[in-house]
Amino acid sequence: MPRPPTQTPQFSSVADVSKRLATAGYLPDAQIATTVFLADRLGKPLLVEGPAGTGKTELAKALAAATGSELIRLQCYEGLDEARALYEWNYKKQLLRIQAAQGADGADWHAVHDDVFGEEFLLSRPLLTAIRRTEPTVLLIDETDKADVEVEGLLLEVLSDFQVTIPELGTIAATRRPTVVLTSNATRELSEALKRRCLYLSLDYPSAEREREIVLSRVPDLAPGLAEQLVRTIRALRALELKKSPSISETLDWAQTLLELGLDTLDETAVRSTLGVVLKHASDQDRAAAELRLN
Amino acid sequence: MSAATSSGAAATGGLAGHLDGFVRAVREAGIPVGISQAVDAAEILTVVDLLDREQLRHGLAAVLLQRAAQRPAYDVLFDLWWPLADRPAGDPSGGADDGEGEPGDDDAGSTLDLPEGHGDERDLARRMREELARLLLEGDDEALRRFARQAVDQLGRAPASPSGQSYFGYRVMRALSPDTLVAQLLAGLLGDGGRGGLAEQVARQTVRERLAAFRAAVDAEVRRRAAAERGRDRVAKSAVRPLADQVDFLRAQQADLAELRRTVAPLARRLAVRLSARRRMGRVGRLDFRRTVRASLGTGGVPVVTHHRPRKVHKPELVVLCDVSGSVAGFSHFTLMLTQALREHFSGVRAFAFVDATDEVTRFFRPGADVSDAVARIGREADVVAFDGHSDYGNALEVFADRWPSAVGPKTSLLVLGDGRTNYRQPGLPVLADLVKRSRSAHWLNPEPRRLWGSGDSAADRYGEVIDMVECRNATQLADFVTTL
Repeated sequence: MPRPPTQTPQFSSVADVSKRLATAGYLPDAQIATTVFLADRLGKPLLVEGPAGTGKTELAKALAAATGSELIRLQCYEGLDEARALYEWNYKKQLLRIQAAQGADGADWHAVHDDVFGEEFLLSRPLLTAIRRTEPTVLLIDETDKADVEVEGLLLEVLSDFQVTIPELGTIAATRRPTVVLTSNATRELSEALKRRCLYLSLDYPSAEREREIVLSRVPDLAPGLAEQLVRTIRALRALELKKSPSISETLDWAQTLLELGLDTLDETAVRSTLGVVLKHASDQDRAAAELRLN
Repeated sequence: MSAATSSGAAATGGLAGHLDGFVRAVREAGIPVGISQAVDAAEILTVVDLLDREQLRHGLAAVLLQRAAQRPAYDVLFDLWWPLADRPAGDPSGGADDGEGEPGDDDAGSTLDLPEGHGDERDLARRMREELARLLLEGDDEALRRFARQAVDQLGRAPASPSGQSYFGYRVMRALSPDTLVAQLLAGLLGDGGRGGLAEQVARQTVRERLAAFRAAVDAEVRRRAAAERGRDRVAKSAVRPLADQVDFLRAQQADLAELRRTVAPLARRLAVRLSARRRMGRVGRLDFRRTVRASLGTGGVPVVTHHRPRKVHKPELVVLCDVSGSVAGFSHFTLMLTQALREHFSGVRAFAFVDATDEVTRFFRPGADVSDAVARIGREADVVAFDGHSDYGNALEVFADRWPSAVGPKTSLLVLGDGRTNYRQPGLPVLADLVKRSRSAHWLNPEPRRLWGSGDSAADRYGEVIDMVECRNATQLADFVTTL
């Protein structure tokens, strides 16, 4: 299996990963730190899967910040195609160029032909941009499960060899391999082939202890006692069978809300009046109110 | 990197063989692991710090697993193949490595001071119970795990038999009866006052979580000791539960049910996404001449981009006819969840439920409604039982065709859900055949294994002659069906 020249690893140990991600404002647990470390060492793409709002995209951003790389983001959606993901010829500009050449007499077709398929007319999209960069890069392919199956085929090619073949220009190989992070909400199963090429990291809701640390690091003004109360309440909500369990980002929103409102304890009244911050379905709110005896 | 792998493997032949055995056990548990993943796993061994067990656990998981549902089975196997006692001394993260067979030794991290198994057994149990209550109140996971190991050693030992020493989790639970500690723990967590209402519910949840963690730790320790005694292959076979999406609908236990509900939700979403994608994609519509000419002005009259009219949206109509009798209760719950999810995306979904008569239940599935509520309301309010509450397919089909003659038309997909067990009554084949003929497509999902079709009072094989009958025993098969729909 030919691999492009490996880059010098950016992290020296798992502890190093934890420390630098923490500095970048992301508190990883042992699983996250180990997997990120391995992705860096083995030079493999990292596939992060989990429910919405568990910090998948945030991890990529923190990784970029921790390694001093630039983040290039490819947001996937249904109907995403090669022209949006990889590269596109700027045909309007090409057309202008051809018409301009027709105006001038004695235009040599061959010269024009070579000319219109040059760098100048190439519109670089995220994948090509990431491959051509010589500076450290984190390529984030967000919500991969939203894209069509054809895009996965394209990703396979790009992620295994880190090169792109443009018929008119030739093959462009990565001079410096970007760190690749793919995220997925698991709304559909990604293809086996793609998963096999990646390191798999499944992100779930964090442990109580870690969630409390996250809350305190992101909302530092919150009293530790209230944070503890908040996290335990959130866990009680997650234990109910809700349509959409509150995510970490919603925990943080809630913490921020309590702080703004100046509430210093999370009692029935406080929860009832701010429940909309964490639960966004009417049926979920009803159920939570009944189960947690808010009335 | 491949050179490094081979030299690493050569230096640690035993380790490579051990890894191979582990990979094979993972495969046997129903987790597909390809050759390239096994090679990657070997590469992991050269990169991670082998002295750190958690690093190894997460590292191997990163290459061997492909879905979150596989993790519990993987963790059980990992604990068997890389048991705690295999950890070399000097690991900073654990203090109780010497727990094996030497309960009297004073662990550095343990606060428990126990005599060497002398004294009254009941006295020992009482003191350990107090200790457990204290640990549960504190919620220190590591201390709780250490305590679980000790508890298995002291309380879980069965009387020695000729076949060797064995340990049982239930003996520990009986001696400590942690469930009776709940009241005490609640009082401890809540402090004075604050009973009832939100605070108590939240505290209860915390207690539940910690008790579950303790139980899991005891089970893991019992498995570890059993593996040391009887060989890990035998333990692995019995200890690993089937993955949630391969549990039989009809045989699912309470714990599986909760897990299954979680796997069905994304499945339904996937189905909805598929169907709506089908609606939006495909051939673009007819050429919009006016817009194309208008756009060509920007490129000097050359129509570089063509514009098209949007296609007419095809609205799929789905009629679900679901057996809700007791024998298929587990199964129908999941299919009704699917129905509910589809209702949220399409207006053209109608649901009918039957036992020995049929009633329309679409109204219970308005978007945003809770499925468990809906199922309960079907039992209470819908008119699905005419006679004795045993399935009567013949009557149910007749009532359906009679009362809702226009429900199934040339644009309708018909989905029948049930086991086809008629209690030796009329199967109503002609009615069903007529419905199938009138519909655009028709499928029957049967939660029974194919070999049982036609046995006893099952008319599944006879139904199979007039309708496409699909075996649908677990979530995986349901997913397969959904993708072919």
